[in-house]
Amino acid sequence: MSDTPDYVEGDLVAPTLERPEGPAEPPDGAEGTRRLHELWVAGTEEPRWLAAATDEGAQEILPADVDPEVAYEAGAAVVDDYVAEPEPAPDERQIINLGPQHPSTHGVLRLQLELEGETIRRVKPIIGYLHTGMEKTAETLTYLQGGTNVTRMDYLSPFHNELCFSLVTEQLLGVEVPPRAQAIRVLMTELNRVASHLIWVATQGMDVGALSMMLYGWRERERILAFFEKVTGLRMNHNYIRPGGVAADLPDGWEEDVEELLERLPEGIAEYHELLDENPIFLDRTVGVGVITPAECHAYGITGPIARASGIAWDLRKAFPYSGIDRYDFDVPTGRHGDVYDRYLVRMAEMDESLKIVRQVLETMPAGDYRVDDAKVTPPPRKRIDESMEALIHHFKLFTEGFKVPPGEAYQAVESPRGELGMYLVSHGGSKPWRLHVRTPSFAAVQALPVMLTDSLVADLIATLASTDPVLGDVDR
Amino acid sequence: MTDEVHADEVHTDEGSSAAPGHPTLRALAEAFPSVGWEEFRPPAGPYQPIAHVDRGDLVAFLTAARDAGFETFVDLCGVDHLGRRPRFEVVIGILSIRDRLRLRIRVPVPGDDPVVPTITGVYAGANFYERETWDLFGIEFEGHPDLARLLLPDDWEGHPLRKDYGVGSVPVQFKAAHRVR
Repeated sequence: MSDTPDYVEGDLVAPTLERPEGPAEPPDGAEGTRRLHELWVAGTEEPRWLAAATDEGAQEILPADVDPEVAYEAGAAVVDDYVAEPEPAPDERQIINLGPQHPSTHGVLRLQLELEGETIRRVKPIIGYLHTGMEKTAETLTYLQGGTNVTRMDYLSPFHNELCFSLVTEQLLGVEVPPRAQAIRVLMTELNRVASHLIWVATQGMDVGALSMMLYGWRERERILAFFEKVTGLRMNHNYIRPGGVAADLPDGWEEDVEELLERLPEGIAEYHELLDENPIFLDRTVGVGVITPAECHAYGITGPIARASGIAWDLRKAFPYSGIDRYDFDVPTGRHGDVYDRYLVRMAEMDESLKIVRQVLETMPAGDYRVDDAKVTPPPRKRIDESMEALIHHFKLFTEGFKVPPGEAYQAVESPRGELGMYLVSHGGSKPWRLHVRTPSFAAVQALPVMLTDSLVADLIATLASTDPVLGDVDR
Repeated sequence: MTDEVHADEVHTDEGSSAAPGHPTLRALAEAFPSVGWEEFRPPAGPYQPIAHVDRGDLVAFLTAARDAGFETFVDLCGVDHLGRRPRFEVVIGILSIRDRLRLRIRVPVPGDDPVVPTITGVYAGANFYERETWDLFGIEFEGHPDLARLLLPDDWEGHPLRKDYGVGSVPVQFKAAHRVR
């Protein structure tokens, strides 16, 4: 292969290549042998050369017309390792990639595993496949628009993201939301916690082989999402909790809907207990698997159900109460062993506690306004716009320019279903955040995966990964 | 657990550099006289003590703080105050579960020499956060075991969360494999 594409620098191409065993030349027309990582396009004579890179760093798909030899040299074309070394020594370590596209990675996560037989000796999480620069985007959106951005980070608990963003903005604004808005926020976030844990128990069950769990978990979650849709208009990514309150009051008849949820959900949860609690396969796959100690939790910033399963009695709703959640009576369940099974028990118990809070919110929902009556922060009521020029101006300014937030910096953390979700907001006084950093619980959990996985078996990896409940949109942002 | 008590226990002037009133923080303030202190008490929100630490003292200060009870690493991020001096800031959040107390540490970083010592020796969990801050801000963490890009591809040019890295003014990368390793 003498013709080097002109965009490849010369020194990158070796003149001759000694290839391992395998087809020496790319297939010639339809007669050639099929090679690994080759895409045959139906109805054409020629195979299209689309060598996908598995080498770290070279993440681009090479153009279809690139010289295969160049691609091979660049590490973008891969020849099957087993062809290269047909009989690896038994004690040899090999590196295997799990993901980025794998159903058990709960998103686009790649784990580089160094294996000795079936035992994992080293793990390297590689993230960033879902990175879309949401923190940069946040700097270009007003505080009113910011909710639409943050709600998409952790798509399984959007209300917690919105709540955290609203609270940190309200800290700098110096605004206190009325009691009804606080109660609505608690109602929605606690239902969201149940919905998120339902997804978790569904996928955890599926990942260790309890496929029916998958169907049941999503079925119950759908009931909650139907309620969310009724309240906010959307099943996910609601942008319902906003700085200054919530977007709209609860719809008529919400009490009956919540009542029905409170009746149906515990029935479902009882079923899961029956399915999994003493299921011998589930116990085999989860007991003593993926252990993390309290000291490791501290060092790696692990919070939430994972830390509580390790015996750390720490819940931000109790420690730094927000949105009036300290008015409600609930317990913080903790485990003792820090393994996957304890995480299961903790999350199942948390669903009961969340439903307990929802019951109390239902019984004590205060009357009043669902957002602060401050025309600088929230839009004026519709009828005032017809009567008052001031209200019209406020409304217009609010939705074009947005409100200004005094200079300063603040950190707010809420207990999301995955642990401490924190937002650090820096304002230089404008109507857009100068900097919004999101401290996400999934990021810390993915970082700590090597701690939980080193020297365990590959099969346990799937159970452990599922038990950390990572949301990769939240990790990569 | 009881209700949050620290906001009521601690009484110091707001915005002053006087040592804060909480005993754990006061001990830290005495051990590190060069550290400036600040407090933020929003009308609705938790009490937030802030320590301004020079990068030279950072590792010693964090080690002392960890041993004084701040066992949990929470957060590390960068901020680019373009137009101000010093330009960058590294903000670290740590937490004491025993004292139910948060501490925010702000480390000023000059724009022409964006280097901070790594704190991975104190809190192992800072590893990915420092890589992210290097990736997005170009702040170097001296002594970090593997300071590679985290979220962006290895061959990405620039550090996008810097304020002079414009939105929309950047040509789309990934168009073709012009550069291969």
